[in-house]
Amino acid sequence: MKKQKLVVVGNGMAGIRAVEELLKLAPDLYDITVFGAEPHGNYNRILLSPVLAGEMTINDIILNPLGWYADNGVRLHVGKTVTKIDRTARKVIAADGTEEEYDRLLLATGSTPFMLPVPGNDLPGVISYRDIKDTDEMIATAATHKHAVVIGGGLLGLEAANGLKLRGMDVTVVHLMPWLMERQLDRAAADMLKTSLEARGLKFLLEKQTEALIRGESGRVAALRFKPAPGDDPGGGLEIPADLVVMAAGIRPNTALAESARIYCNRGIVVNDTMQTYDPRIYAVGECVAHRGIAYGLVAPLFEQAKVCANHLANFGIARYTGSVTSTKLKVTGIDLFSCGNFMGGQNGKGGTDEILLHDPSGGVYKKLVVKNDVLVGAVLYGDTADGAWYFQLVKEGQNIHQIRDHLMFGQNHVGDVGHAGVSKAAAMADDAQVCGCNGVCKGDIVKAIKSQGLFTLEDVRKHTKASSSCGSCTGLVEQILASTVGGAYTPSESKDKPMCGCTDHSHGVVRQTIRERHLLTIPDAMHYMEWKTPSGCPSCRPALNYYLISTWPGEAKDDPQSRFINERAHANIQKDGTYSVIPRMWGGLTTPAELRTIADVAEKYEVPTVKMTGGARIDLLGIKKEDLPKVWADLGAAGMVSGHAYGKSIRTVKTCVGAEHCRFGTQRSMDMGVKLERMLFGMGAPHKVKLAVSGCPRNCAEAGIKDIGVIGVDSGYELYVAGNGGIKTEVAAFLCKVKSDEEVMEYSGAFLQLYREEGFYLERTCHYVARVGLDHVKAAVVNDPLKRKDLYERLLFALQDYEDPWQAAVAKPAVRREYEVIKLEEVTA
Amino acid sequence: MSGWIKVCALDEIAPQGSRVVASSQGDIALFRTADDRVFGLHDKCPHKGGPLSQGIVHGETVTCPLHGFKIGLKDGEAVAPDKGCARRFEVKLEAGTVWLQLN
Ligand code: SRM
Ligand SMILES: Cc1cc2nc3c(=O)[nH]c(=O)nc-3n(C[C@H](O)[C@H](O)[C@H](O)COP(=O)(O)OP(=O)(O)OC[C@H]3O[C@@H](n4cnc5c(N)ncnc54)[C@H](O)[C@@H]3O)c2cc1C
Ligand code: SF4
Ligand code: FES
Repeated sequence: MKKQKLVVVGNGMAGIRAVEELLKLAPDLYDITVFGAEPHGNYNRILLSPVLAGEMTINDIILNPLGWYADNGVRLHVGKTVTKIDRTARKVIAADGTEEEYDRLLLATGSTPFMLPVPGNDLPGVISYRDIKDTDEMIATAATHKHAVVIGGGLLGLEAANGLKLRGMDVTVVHLMPWLMERQLDRAAADMLKTSLEARGLKFLLEKQTEALIRGESGRVAALRFKPAPGDDPGGGLEIPADLVVMAAGIRPNTALAESARIYCNRGIVVNDTMQTYDPRIYAVGECVAHRGIAYGLVAPLFEQAKVCANHLANFGIARYTGSVTSTKLKVTGIDLFSCGNFMGGQNGKGGTDEILLHDPSGGVYKKLVVKNDVLVGAVLYGDTADGAWYFQLVKEGQNIHQIRDHLMFGQNHVGDVGHAGVSKAAAMADDAQVCGCNGVCKGDIVKAIKSQGLFTLEDVRKHTKASSSCGSCTGLVEQILASTVGGAYTPSESKDKPMCGCTDHSHGVVRQTIRERHLLTIPDAMHYMEWKTPSGCPSCRPALNYYLISTWPGEAKDDPQSRFINERAHANIQKDGTYSVIPRMWGGLTTPAELRTIADVAEKYEVPTVKMTGGARIDLLGIKKEDLPKVWADLGAAGMVSGHAYGKSIRTVKTCVGAEHCRFGTQRSMDMGVKLERMLFGMGAPHKVKLAVSGCPRNCAEAGIKDIGVIGVDSGYELYVAGNGGIKTEVAAFLCKVKSDEEVMEYSGAFLQLYREEGFYLERTCHYVARVGLDHVKAAVVNDPLKRKDLYERLLFALQDYEDPWQAAVAKPAVRREYEVIKLEEVTA
Repeated sequence: MSGWIKVCALDEIAPQGSRVVASSQGDIALFRTADDRVFGLHDKCPHKGGPLSQGIVHGETVTCPLHGFKIGLKDGEAVAPDKGCARRFEVKLEAGTVWLQLN
């Protein structure tokens, strides 16, 4: 079949991103031709600021070198401006006469800088700040001239001013409004910003309107004259010297080409939620577009648009762009500034907003959070922006923050979740400082990858550098590095609808739901129905799918051992030297002389090199060869011992203290309670591991406060706590309710765990699950609704009813035992 | 070079699973893909020697159980950004029987 023709006008960030997304989805659908007015491959426009500041070079910011186009079969007309679209003949015509026919056309013409309509605005030395040419001219002028004036105190103007200052010019910023960056900052933050920029030698003239640019003897601009303020004598406006005038007073969507072809424009090229213009063959993305009346001037929304547009160009027809909440970061090294959402709060919006404020003028920190109906709607941070990405995510997700409201201001590491406890600010870190302890990745490696590969998201960084791809505890720090390297272009991943992994576009939530609604029972069926992009998944989605299937359809879906991590497949923990460790279960931490004797015998018989008490109060036999595992288990099984599941995403330990059985303070029989719980939960699989503890009194010697479920005996019964965690990031468990009897402890705990089993995402511990759904949601099902609780509890007992000890199963079944046998080769020696 | 040596029946390796073969050249991991092709690699990850046989097989790749290096079954090469190569062994499948060649 003949390929269709796609022509792209605009070789910039949005257009090429759309092409890249399209190539991922449908590499062979189109013959693609790109027109670009600039004489370069696509480059990272936002990094022109660091180039001007001398922190990077043009080579560092190229995203798609010319070779990329050739490698991907994309024809590029570089340096050619399209001047006409013939919609009847379906072709575009460039200024030099080049013509290309199209079946579909994508307009990504960006925007044009707004040049103030004042006399002298066409003099040599008066420029905008938009592309490589402008940047080169600024760098050259800085080497030969002294006085620069930047008109416009917004993001772009300040970055231009900072760069010119660093290049040795004397720089004045002229701004019409009473404070800087009025579209991104409130006055308090803007005043702090102004003070610190003044300390760097920049000068500011606020509330000043330019009247004319004045020509010097050389023919180029030499001075700038202001309109006289009311009260000054007419004609007596202030004049300042200016060898270079940079207009950074705003941008206008570049709609000239579209308008000349009579495509409907209103502020920008008007598109619908599929990025289609009024001509169904013509799509548009980027700064040239007006979507639902908004023209965006930052890259994050453009990338979202590009993705949606690609989806439709590829004929998938399911994505919709519904608008973006944007955030801003000023890329001036050494100045931390962040804002997002509706940050003006009460000052302009009277609509019931509250402001939470922290202002430390001498410490140089200002933070404002705007909250409406318990939802964070905006934030301004100055001086300490470490939590910017987190606030931005809360704003975008519209999460209810009622429960964390009182410590919201203190940032993510106060609230929990994997954060950046105790780390220095990303921007201040040295390049050789290690960021990811698991994979040995330093800050410099990450920054280099971000710049050289053009990375914008956490997922990208994980893929290219491995940073934060293992335990995840450095995620917050990696996000900070991303944010400080790419500025506002950083797209925080939205946990709610982030794809599970590279094999699918669906999130954990959607996959879980689809498995339930469609009654899917096998991994191949699930992958087929949800159009997996890889033939057999990857080590991150397969275990998740396996868990979702067996937890949703117990008794129906069959476990797939090949989709489990080796520890769960071999029922033991793999060690760094390839041997395994064996931890038999000790119910509630109790053991007997006979058990201990058996353990000792096994250790001797199989020459176990290390015997150790674990942090979970039981005994670990470390360094056993895989072939010996079934024999070890047979010996342990003969003495009645079963698997401790120290390897599983499953119930681990139930720690207990001695309790009322022995202790003089004990109020409840905690050992007994712990053993009952552990026996009930034996073999329970879960999204992640599950640990319990039962203490006999509030002295809490079993450390119930950091367990997935903590039970604390009190005189009148038990207090139940949930969602604690003692691991990567310590999390104190939350009080769930008080109950009276042992039976109630079992029922409430069982119901809570079943809810988590049914709703938790794979690898989400209870603390993360509860942080996502909210404790109120848990209480509604487990505490307040007895029917629901009983149902949940019964479903748990049903799922666990026929569970067989995996060790004894392996001992008994030859087919399973094969997993542990090594094939000895009969080599013929010639 | 020695000839082909008979190893086992295909059925004795689970789909998307593996078996370890002890040989004079060290342990060899035999992998079976979802579409029943069989590959042989030295059972030692180029990273820190992890037993590749214990990893998860997906597509034509195995992920090392220790630190997650992804190793191509066809050539033993680590998938970028990781670097390194595990030695390959020739394997063939004939009438449901797996054969191996030591090199
Ligand atoms: C054996 C043991 C250490 C010891 O010698 O004491 C251990 C060993 C491992 N832990 Fe642990 N943890 C052990 C108690 C703990 C505890 C303490 C406890 O259970 O009371 C914790 C903190 C409590 C908690 O989980 O809330 C703990 C928090 C972790 C974490 C962090 C989990 C988190 O959600 O933050 C991991 C990483 C993971 O699971 O992803 C981990 C992972 C591991 C793994 C499985 C790493 C791995 O994936 O291979 C270790 C296996 C080592 C090996 O070679 O066998 N281990 N680990 C302990 C076994 C207890 C048992 O009897 O089952
Ligand atoms: C100095 C600077 C700093 C910035 N900093 C940030 C930041 O920190 N964060 C952020 O999010 N955003 C920032 N931006 C904004 C960001 O760069 C833009 O939002 C983004 O580049 C817009 O992408 P686009 O593809 O719509 O337009 P562009 O990237 O401008 O691409 C449009 C391309 O189309 C070409 N073109 C136009 N008309 C035609 C035609 N008729 N024929 C052929 N070619 C044509 C143009 O020459 C241009 O190359 C910054 C911008 C600048 C200039
Ligand atoms: S803390 Fe746990 S995971 Fe880390 S080295 Fe010790 S046992 Fe291994
Ligand atoms: S040994 Fe294989 S990834 Fe480290």
